[in-house]
Amino acid sequence: MKWRVLLVGLTVLFLSLFLLVPLAAILVEALRKGAGAYVRALLDPDAMVAIRLTLLCASIAVVASVIFGICAAWAVTRFRFPGKSLLLTFIDLPFAVSPVVAGLLMVLVFGGQGWLGPLHLGVLFATPGIILATIFVSFPFVARELIPLMQEQGTEEEEAALLLGASGWQTFVRITLPKIKWGLLYGVILANARAMGEFGAVSVVSGHIRGRTNTIPLHVEILYNEYNFVAAFAVASLLALLALATLGAKALLEWKLRRDAEAAQREAGA
Amino acid sequence: MARGNKNATIIPGFGLTLGVTVAWLSALVLVPLVLLFVRTTALSWPKFVEIVTDERAVASYKLTLGCALAAASLNAVMGSIIAWTLVRVEFPGRRLLDAVVDLPFALPTAVSGIALTAVYSRNGWIGQALGFPVAFTPLGIMVALTFIGLPFVVRTLQPAIEDLDPGVEEAAGILGASRMQTFFRVIAPALLPSLITGFALAFSRALGEYGSVIFISGNMPLRTEITPLLIVTKLEQFDYAGATALGAVQLTASFLMLFSINLVQWWTARKTGVR
Repeated sequence: MKWRVLLVGLTVLFLSLFLLVPLAAILVEALRKGAGAYVRALLDPDAMVAIRLTLLCASIAVVASVIFGICAAWAVTRFRFPGKSLLLTFIDLPFAVSPVVAGLLMVLVFGGQGWLGPLHLGVLFATPGIILATIFVSFPFVARELIPLMQEQGTEEEEAALLLGASGWQTFVRITLPKIKWGLLYGVILANARAMGEFGAVSVVSGHIRGRTNTIPLHVEILYNEYNFVAAFAVASLLALLALATLGAKALLEWKLRRDAEAAQREAGA
Repeated sequence: MARGNKNATIIPGFGLTLGVTVAWLSALVLVPLVLLFVRTTALSWPKFVEIVTDERAVASYKLTLGCALAAASLNAVMGSIIAWTLVRVEFPGRRLLDAVVDLPFALPTAVSGIALTAVYSRNGWIGQALGFPVAFTPLGIMVALTFIGLPFVVRTLQPAIEDLDPGVEEAAGILGASRMQTFFRVIAPALLPSLITGFALAFSRALGEYGSVIFISGNMPLRTEITPLLIVTKLEQFDYAGATALGAVQLTASFLMLFSINLVQWWTARKTGVR
């Protein structure tokens, strides 16, 4: 009994000091000067531009993550080929690389003295560069969810559909997609959270042009460095709410995925 | 399951899906990474050594490594306690706390950075109570890196603790082992591989972390300047050679960590005979 109280006490204390108190601080700091100042910070034209840019980048990055994730998971879980484990390592690489290095890579490719620099593609310090950096840091999320899921599900049902005369695309849409939809959604939620919140990589490639190339996290940084704390925390609270929504959706999907897996197990056992 | 050993399959799309995957990874990841190292070799050797052993760079390595190590160690200890509590102890609010552990994954790093700074600065809620400065010192960097690394340890340990068979612990107890003996001889060896993996993941993430650190660190050269920030500073000064050289160092550290993590997992899989 004493052990349990000690364990729970330590857990609550540590999670409070490092996670809960800072989270609460965001909301308190944002509302320090009342609801008026809070709303004004969000309706500021530069903030609106940042919100629009973040939504644009995140939606493109999520679509990219889905396309890559489905292709990679299909190739890896449906076929045997040499170099598969190396391929899996490369898929995880963006998570191992510092976001700052990810940004640096974009600069080396597209920068003035970069590899494609002479083409003057207008990627760096502009929207395309921000989109590319966002894709780089978020594209593996869907693949990472789908690969173990599709591995476990096997290919029997797809083979049956194909033998009965369905085309490859029909088989994917009618058989595979319904089986992986929740796992896919889980990956999308994680990719979206990372894409909307990415700071380091985007910061390097954006050039910080206010009202032009600022995403929400970069806008927060600028406001903070101008000592405009209330506005900084107000805009940050949007991202904190996004994080809470992400955690809620994640918990719900985990519960659902576990229930589906248990149902499948019961079916297999019966 | 049904794949067996057959190489022939009727499932279509091999060329298309593998083609997209490989082309994607090449264009976005491989070519830029190779380019970084090619650019580094374009520097003369003495010039490269001069950049990466510069006083400011070396100070940043020491700080980054030291803080990352301290944070990952604290996370290994506290993460074990938290993971154990969340799996084995029933208490009201357990589900909620379990979901909250993922907050550092979900909260954008810049937001974490300003929130931690507000709380741990001299007049912040926790900073006030502590009586010694945390924000704008190496201690602040450690706080940020602990925040960012915690979920790695907890989420790696949780499945391993769930897999432990309480029957084995009971058997140890019945056979006369004390609580301490059961812990050190039965539980700890079974959890060690997951703990090492979680520690390595947290450490690896901490080495490259940028957003959550730069607000709380104060960024004083030689004192509280982490290596990723030094790379950004060099880029902002258009010192591409310097940024590339330091980027190569940073990337090499990441690769070494990735390699070690794979090694630990391979070693564990071989030891436990799974797969």
